[in-house]
Amino acid sequence: MHIPDGFLATRVWATLDVAAAPAAVYAARRAQRGFQEWQAPLLGVMGAFVFAAQMINFPVAAGTSSHLVGGALLTYTLGPAAATVVMTAILAMQALVFQDGGMLALGANIVNMAVLGVLAGWLPYRYWGSGRWRKAAIFLGGSLSVLASATLALAELLLSGVRMPGAVLGISMGVFAVSAVLEGAITLAVMSALEAMNPNFVRKPAQGPSYALGAVAAGAVLLAVVGVLFASTHPDGIWSLAQKIGLASQAKTLIHTPLESYEAAFLQSAWQRKAVAGLTGLALIFGACVLFGRLVTRNRST
Amino acid sequence: MHHVVLERWSQGNSGFHRLDARAKLGAALVLLVLIATSRARLPQLGAIYFVLLAGAFAWARLPLRAALARSAVVLPFSLIFGAISWLAGDSSRAAALVIKSYISALAVLLLMSTTPMPQLLRGLESMGVPRFLLMVAQFMYRYLFVISEEAQHMRAAAAARGFTVRGASAGKVPFRPAAGVLAVLFARSYARAQDIHRAMVARGFEGTFGLLQKSRFRWQDGVFLAAAVVTPVAVRFALERIAK
Amino acid sequence: MTPLITVRDLRYQYDDGTLALRGVDFELFARETVALLGANGSGKTTFVLNLIGLLAGHGHIEVCGMQPGKDTLPGIRRKVGLVFQDSDTQLFMPTVLEDVAFGLLNAGIEPEAARARATEALAHTGMMDAAQKAPYHLSAGQKKRVAIAGILAMQPEILILDEPTTYLDPPGQASLIQLLRRLPQAKILVTHDTGFAQALAERACFFDQGTIVATGPVTEIVRRFAWDRAAVPAEACEEPRP
Repeated sequence: MHIPDGFLATRVWATLDVAAAPAAVYAARRAQRGFQEWQAPLLGVMGAFVFAAQMINFPVAAGTSSHLVGGALLTYTLGPAAATVVMTAILAMQALVFQDGGMLALGANIVNMAVLGVLAGWLPYRYWGSGRWRKAAIFLGGSLSVLASATLALAELLLSGVRMPGAVLGISMGVFAVSAVLEGAITLAVMSALEAMNPNFVRKPAQGPSYALGAVAAGAVLLAVVGVLFASTHPDGIWSLAQKIGLASQAKTLIHTPLESYEAAFLQSAWQRKAVAGLTGLALIFGACVLFGRLVTRNRST
Repeated sequence: MHHVVLERWSQGNSGFHRLDARAKLGAALVLLVLIATSRARLPQLGAIYFVLLAGAFAWARLPLRAALARSAVVLPFSLIFGAISWLAGDSSRAAALVIKSYISALAVLLLMSTTPMPQLLRGLESMGVPRFLLMVAQFMYRYLFVISEEAQHMRAAAAARGFTVRGASAGKVPFRPAAGVLAVLFARSYARAQDIHRAMVARGFEGTFGLLQKSRFRWQDGVFLAAAVVTPVAVRFALERIAK
Repeated sequence: MTPLITVRDLRYQYDDGTLALRGVDFELFARETVALLGANGSGKTTFVLNLIGLLAGHGHIEVCGMQPGKDTLPGIRRKVGLVFQDSDTQLFMPTVLEDVAFGLLNAGIEPEAARARATEALAHTGMMDAAQKAPYHLSAGQKKRVAIAGILAMQPEILILDEPTTYLDPPGQASLIQLLRRLPQAKILVTHDTGFAQALAERACFFDQGTIVATGPVTEIVRRFAWDRAAVPAEACEEPRP
């Protein structure tokens, strides 16, 4: 999941480097507010913990084992901003010291794992972390964080033109799904053990709402950027992928809406129109998520 | 452990080592961008850059073969994708993946094996990277080995107690205890962070870290940086002219 | 002669209500070395943390003429150097030199002067060659010396060492004893190592459940409380009671 240098197309890694920088700076600023002045050693030591934790193997089946990735766990114990900072430092350290991931590709890896991966882990916890569905939320968060990072990495490789025949794609997605489930299970197991040890280790789900909106908005924008990059470089790529999965025909019949023109414009129009379409779509998804979250939380509080 | 070797290499005292971290970082970035963006004459370009890097390793008095072996960590990933591309008929991309990823890894290794981490972080700070981020990285690097060692000990102890004689899980830690090990490791790391803070406060820490050494960019660093930028650019330019 | 440290009726209670210190009286005079002995949890480390204001209890504390308060803590922490038990916790900077200079930079000393004083402190403890090394490469004994150098650089009047011999092998312990004998500062040694205490301290205070129940010469205290492993009878291998 750590993309090395030499794989991504220039516009991909360059755009993601530009996107990652302000995201990391923002997270750093937010993280400093959360703790007292000892955040730097705390976050540093927690980063070392994640490194060390990745060496502990969890037996799965038939001799294989998996290990914790850690984004979701960091989010649930330190909060999303601090988790982003720690993951960023980890990724940089892995790239520089262990040559695991490239230096130019660092922005891509940061966006995938430290920003969007953390966000994907945080959202279920934020909205469903208190109450009956807590364990499911933690499991889902762990799974989504890995799934989101892996899928984004795959998407970036695809749109950079790295060949991936259908079989390889299928196998990759299968591996991602398994890793995602494992991360969810491991995260849940460790969280339960932590809570039994000291309830204060784990954060309360409902922290400041302002961060929620800002973070999700930022995440949506980043997703739009990746998505638009995808569309702009490989419009036929995305279409042939859709065809392979069988969505293309269904899409044609289902989308008889104002967005129908989206489909036609998609392939030929200028960058800006695609961007607007992409952002609109994402805004709709985002709005739906927020509404859904609000509905769920309101139902519980009454 | 890998980063122990890297640390030892970075403590050397060659002329290359003594160059300013920013100059080396800049040179590395330029090379990385040049190789990442190149299309034409890639094998030749890769070969020439390889020679340049090998020369730098020699100047730094570092063992070249060991360095080449360490950079090879990236190869499994690129060889797999390279093979896929080749089988899909795109042999130029296959070569590109392998060459680019390896040369890039070698360049980063050169940077890291001639620049001690604290110097690199200081250089990054003077280039505008937020201090908080760098402080986190600094503490992480400092405690990487300490906590990894703790994890090894705990894993061995837990495995010894959950020991299965036969089967594929022999000697491994079963699932629940593994989660327990992680939780305890978390708790100990957290407690350690609190103790560190206490030690810092006991020595007068008030929230900001002072800087012991200001890195100075000397004219030698400037000369090196200029040469390190011009040479690869010229090489690529020349190769692309020949290609046409 | 006025004592460097005066403590009267110090009480400290943890968040969960446990009384860690129940009225401690203590004095430390210049150039003397005092050993604090006692069981785990008897309050020795809590006491010492109170002296430099890392924990805030109730009662009278006076250190070098200052009482711990918001304005005086920086001054107190410069006068009293605390060497923690775990050197990996104490040496948190990436290189030895930076760690030793940490306290100096915090005190507002200019980088150039800080380097000079740090180098001097390292020379004093025999660790000059390690200046650019990363702390975790050092042995336990070397780390302890660097930790002490970091404290000495601040030119304190009082040294407090918390279980300093814990990770040291016998040669390391001997080496530490020699180093500490050379240092003129007043010292408080929190320790379980009675041999170490006897080698360095003139007197000992015995902590029991949050108070000092006895003070006197080290050998006398050790004998009185049977605080020596020699007190375990030779034939202790009885059948365990069912």
